[in-house]
Amino acid sequence: MGVRVQAEKFDYGAECAAFAAGAAGAGAVVTFAGIVRDDPEAPLSAMEIEHYPGMTERALEAILEQAYARWTLTDALIIHRHGTMVPGEMIMMVATASPHRAEAFAAAEFLMDFLKSRAPFWKREITAQGARWVEAKDHDEAALSRW
Amino acid sequence: MKLDVLYFAWLRERIGLSREVVETDAPDVAALVAELAARSPHHAQAFSDMAAVRVAVDQELASPETPLSDAREIAFFPPMTGG
Repeated sequence: MGVRVQAEKFDYGAECAAFAAGAAGAGAVVTFAGIVRDDPEAPLSAMEIEHYPGMTERALEAILEQAYARWTLTDALIIHRHGTMVPGEMIMMVATASPHRAEAFAAAEFLMDFLKSRAPFWKREITAQGARWVEAKDHDEAALSRW
Repeated sequence: MKLDVLYFAWLRERIGLSREVVETDAPDVAALVAELAARSPHHAQAFSDMAAVRVAVDQELASPETPLSDAREIAFFPPMTGG
């Protein structure tokens, strides 16, 4: 089902149901969603996500292709939003379908690890104190080495 | 050659531009960065710590050594924070 980069909200339940309905032949589906954290200790008024139109889609498609090359996947989907979101809103989701549960899980984790630090998105947190760019974490880069 | 140079996130903010067209003979990314850093104090500041800057040549991740032959679009940005 491929890659969708969009500003609009998406309906996680409907996306998961549609993906699973198309994966009946596979037998195993894994889905993951990333949500703007609603942390009372560090309240956010909003999260802004900037991206690089054109390269974003290419990078995500390249990551998907690598996943297809490594695991037996019958289908895979990445949806990633850009623009302004409030706590509790979905930022992104991935879904994988495979005849084997372990492969569906591994491919979903692989997609997540790579899109965190190899797809051109930049998060900015808006709080009552002001705005700040989220810094990349060393452990996100380190997570790539296990693949 | 004429290059489209794009800036994202805090590089865009520091330089004050999201895009500029640059006439250059720089053979590689590192030489282009040296030319760009000389354009204004804002550019110099944005490029002062290259360990914090990533680059893409024609929408593919690249490095300072990447040659610019036939390149059309160069983008500079901080490490990515998707997901």
